Amino acid sequence: MKYIDEYRNARLAQSVISEIRRIQTRPWVIMEVCGGQTHSIVKHGIDRLLPEGVELVHGPGCPVCVTPLETIDKAHAIAGKPDVIFCSFGDMLRVPGSSGDLFTLKSKGADIRVVYSPLDCLKIARANPEKKIVFFAIGFETTAPANAMLVHRAKVEGAKNVSILVSHSLVPPSITYILQSPQNRVQGFLGPGHVCTIMGYREYEPVSERYKVPIVITGFEPLDLLQGTLMTVRQLEAGTAVVENQYSRVLGREGNVGARKLVNSVFEVSDRKWRGVGWIPKSGFKLRWEYRDYDAERIFEVKEIDTKEPAICISGQILKGIKKPHDCAAFGTLCTPLTPLGATMVSAEGACAAYYAYGRHLDKHKVDSSVQTQVGGTA
Amino acid sequence: MCLAIPGKVLEEFSRDGMRVAKVQFGGIVREASLDYTPEAKVGDYVLVHVGFAISTVDAEEAERTYKLLEEMDQLTELEAPVIEEVEPRKPQ
Repeated sequence: MKYIDEYRNARLAQSVISEIRRIQTRPWVIMEVCGGQTHSIVKHGIDRLLPEGVELVHGPGCPVCVTPLETIDKAHAIAGKPDVIFCSFGDMLRVPGSSGDLFTLKSKGADIRVVYSPLDCLKIARANPEKKIVFFAIGFETTAPANAMLVHRAKVEGAKNVSILVSHSLVPPSITYILQSPQNRVQGFLGPGHVCTIMGYREYEPVSERYKVPIVITGFEPLDLLQGTLMTVRQLEAGTAVVENQYSRVLGREGNVGARKLVNSVFEVSDRKWRGVGWIPKSGFKLRWEYRDYDAERIFEVKEIDTKEPAICISGQILKGIKKPHDCAAFGTLCTPLTPLGATMVSAEGACAAYYAYGRHLDKHKVDSSVQTQVGGTA
Repeated sequence: MCLAIPGKVLEEFSRDGMRVAKVQFGGIVREASLDYTPEAKVGDYVLVHVGFAISTVDAEEAERTYKLLEEMDQLTELEAPVIEEVEPRKPQ
């Protein structure tokens, strides 16, 4: 197919890289925000194809990674109750809490089910009227419309046995937080394409203006990521700082208006804790008061749980772009996807897990020159 | 897990007042809500995230994105079990 060739074409990729090399006069640090982008960048070796002075650092945009350990422990406390059917996206089941993961709890007899859509919980609720159905509502803005619809439909249908455990994160406050850090290195952002499919990119404009950083909303295919990087470097070199849309073939400035409307009617913005990072003001969602009867934390009155992360883990600094997986003494030795010590290793979209999956723990101290052929190899 | 998977709308119907479609992703057909994409119709390609179409895309975009997600092993959400509507069990 013509377009596939066009987008995966090694020559086209090479020409974008050459153009970046041609216009770049100084070192720049650019952060891709979304975990899907991180995965694609590491898989295709895009960070290693760029000229030496253009560094990609990996942002906090993996919802599984940044779900706080306390919230996972709350999920365990609720899922372990005999009258509960606990439902979740598959990704969350392998994330270790303070005492094992949800798979282990399931093997001990807890009724834990993987669902494809949050709306599946309504079917399960109708089939099991004597049980309490709790959905683990995690995600960034991309997932919020689906989770909001579950609560909205539960209310419309008068379902009394459905609730959600909310762990929602928002991108703009998290990048603002990164920019406010005294140690910040990030000078430009590749914005998250699928988050902006819902939200549009209007809310990124004040961030770009206030902190004088270019933000280029970018897709996650290899050539998208290279083009997004080129657009960011162009702005950095020219001294401009505006929001641009590399992913215009999928999204516009307003995003999905209908989805945003329902999200805003069900959720309101709240402070939240990010695993590895800590509390970030106004960076999450909680249910609005009108929907309080669907809030699992209210229904089950789970106590606040004190947790402790291993001191050796530097995932907080990785999520802020200050460090990279290779800077961690535990990376690939004590800490692997099977024995994760912190946020960036617990899901395949975390920076550490992506580095590990593509063998980068094996070349901790050497630069692999063979990756120069990788983009061509996938065409 | 924020990635949306492109698929083709094969048929659409109404259930409990919601617009639902059967969407084909490669060899798998699953349902998706069309409530957030009122413009989508049979034959269109939509980006689906956790059972909801969030945007329409053209066929070339759909094909390209699907192949990339397949290569990146990012299609596992489609493997989640299908939950059928069943008659409620009587409380004991």
